[in-house]
Amino acid sequence: MSANKFVATCISTSLAGALWLAPTAPVSAFVAYISNEKGNTVSVIDTDSWTVTKTIKVGQRPRGIEFTRDGKFVMVAVGDDDTIQLIDTKTQEVTDTLPSGPDPELFTQDAAGKTLYVANENDNTVTVIDLQKRARIGDVQVGVEPEGMTVSPDGKFLICTSETTNMAHFIDTGTRQIVANVLVDARPRFAEFKQDGSELWVSAEIGGTVSIIDPAKREVTGKIKFAIPGLRSEAIQPVGISITKDGKTGFVALGPANRVAVVDATSHEVKKYLLVGQRVWHLAFTPDEKYLMVTNGVSNDVSVIDVAAQKVIKTIQVGELPWGITIAQP
Amino acid sequence: MSTTTFNPSRSGFSVGEYITCLTGIVWREGLRFLHQRERFVSALVRPLVWLFIFAAGFRQVLGISIIPPYETYILYEVYIAPGLMAMIQLFNGMQSSLSMVYDREMGNMRTLLVSPLPRWYLLFCKLLAGTAVSVLQVYAFLVIAWFWDITPPPIGYLTVLPALILSGLMLGALGMLISSGIKQLENFAGVMNFVIFPMFFASSALYPLWRVEEGSPWLAYVCEANPFTHAVELIRFALYGKINWISLAVVAGCTAAFMIGAILAYDPSRGFVRRAPGGET
Repeated sequence: MSANKFVATCISTSLAGALWLAPTAPVSAFVAYISNEKGNTVSVIDTDSWTVTKTIKVGQRPRGIEFTRDGKFVMVAVGDDDTIQLIDTKTQEVTDTLPSGPDPELFTQDAAGKTLYVANENDNTVTVIDLQKRARIGDVQVGVEPEGMTVSPDGKFLICTSETTNMAHFIDTGTRQIVANVLVDARPRFAEFKQDGSELWVSAEIGGTVSIIDPAKREVTGKIKFAIPGLRSEAIQPVGISITKDGKTGFVALGPANRVAVVDATSHEVKKYLLVGQRVWHLAFTPDEKYLMVTNGVSNDVSVIDVAAQKVIKTIQVGELPWGITIAQP
Repeated sequence: MSTTTFNPSRSGFSVGEYITCLTGIVWREGLRFLHQRERFVSALVRPLVWLFIFAAGFRQVLGISIIPPYETYILYEVYIAPGLMAMIQLFNGMQSSLSMVYDREMGNMRTLLVSPLPRWYLLFCKLLAGTAVSVLQVYAFLVIAWFWDITPPPIGYLTVLPALILSGLMLGALGMLISSGIKQLENFAGVMNFVIFPMFFASSALYPLWRVEEGSPWLAYVCEANPFTHAVELIRFALYGKINWISLAVVAGCTAAFMIGAILAYDPSRGFVRRAPGGET
């Protein structure tokens, strides 16, 4: 090998090395629906390519969003139109509506997907809807500004948090009566059970905490507190909560702190804060729990968290003021 | 150095002879590096001070826009890490050329120059040796940075290597070119001020170019024309398994240009340095 050749080889090997790209492994193919509160649209994201595949025009102020259990429809609460719209997941168009009360915000359904419970922010009631008949079958009076809604894993209780009354109401799903009220910190936004029903987590936006409630005793047994160096405590406003199926890890969206807290769900200690977009609001796992997607309201995008690695891997632009998110098999 | 007897009638050298020369020079540079532990420590402390102290103050400043190669919001320390890696190489490149000035003052260079191998090859070996040292320093920095939550994808640690070699060669060649014009060690301090600082600050190492452009479009042009910016961007993209083609072209082009310049400058028959009649460089 001549000297020239030697040099040429040195340079070309280093260049060839640079051309070697990291392979991107194909993963699950789920579809995520994101409600854009200000854009009055729903963005559809393919979790394989992490791109927006469609933007669906919906009613005014879409917030709460969820798949029906059979995966055929996506329900979206359009608060300013005082109704819940149904998006057909095949045609990706709004095909029908459900009768809610005024200003529906968040809703939840029972395990069988037969009954839907809707929190109507403006009239302090929870509307009960039969999903098969698509008809209103009852109302429950709750505290002021109901928002967070969840059904206990055994299906016996519906939890509704009222933002102004600062309570988590335990509602018997059979009698539709409030059986207990648990006082939590200021402005409770969201409630989530552990899959085994052992704990109920309720986030308090102004209080800056997540209360851990023992559902059997119906009392607060602990609180998750957050502190991010360099951030004022007022900027930390917990909203959305997602807990893994094994009940080991919880993720809490911290609003204008632009972080998602990773919480050890056994010790209730914060392990890590993940930087996402501005004003992170709600979150949802992909069904295989490989990824967690979060909506960033102010920066108009959605961040994707690798659950095992506890790392933010991508951020995707969606519509204006993304609020809620739901993910399922297409 | 090789002990092979030089036969003037021979037109070339065997590969073995070239390799002996290369290992000799790399070995010497390696030994010098090992024996100067302070140099290694200071090479590490410098970027770490930037990372731990400077970046701490700016932690909340960034994270408001996503720019390639990043796919999500990042903290400031993650942003400046590639810039600091390039800074290690910039200092190293200048320092190894400083050692050439030192060698020349002390007369050690004569040992090197009596080698019968072509001058350009000697310089290239010297450059490779310096680059190897800088790459080691950068990896040591990356290890420490990992604990500071600067965790590029694992594959990035591999893909960044060719970028580091290329940028190390470019900055080393630049140092060499500059050193050819310096007669005394004392003059080198000026070079540090006139080369290192402007190159480092007028680049994308500390702030993304769109940020600079907001402040002064004119400065953004300067930054864009600065080869150091492209070294930083080449490293930044490579660290995330991507290629910035423009930066690759600029860095490769500058490496070639600086190297040719250095070879010409160190050529006794052509050098930029004026020599006293009959005297030595």
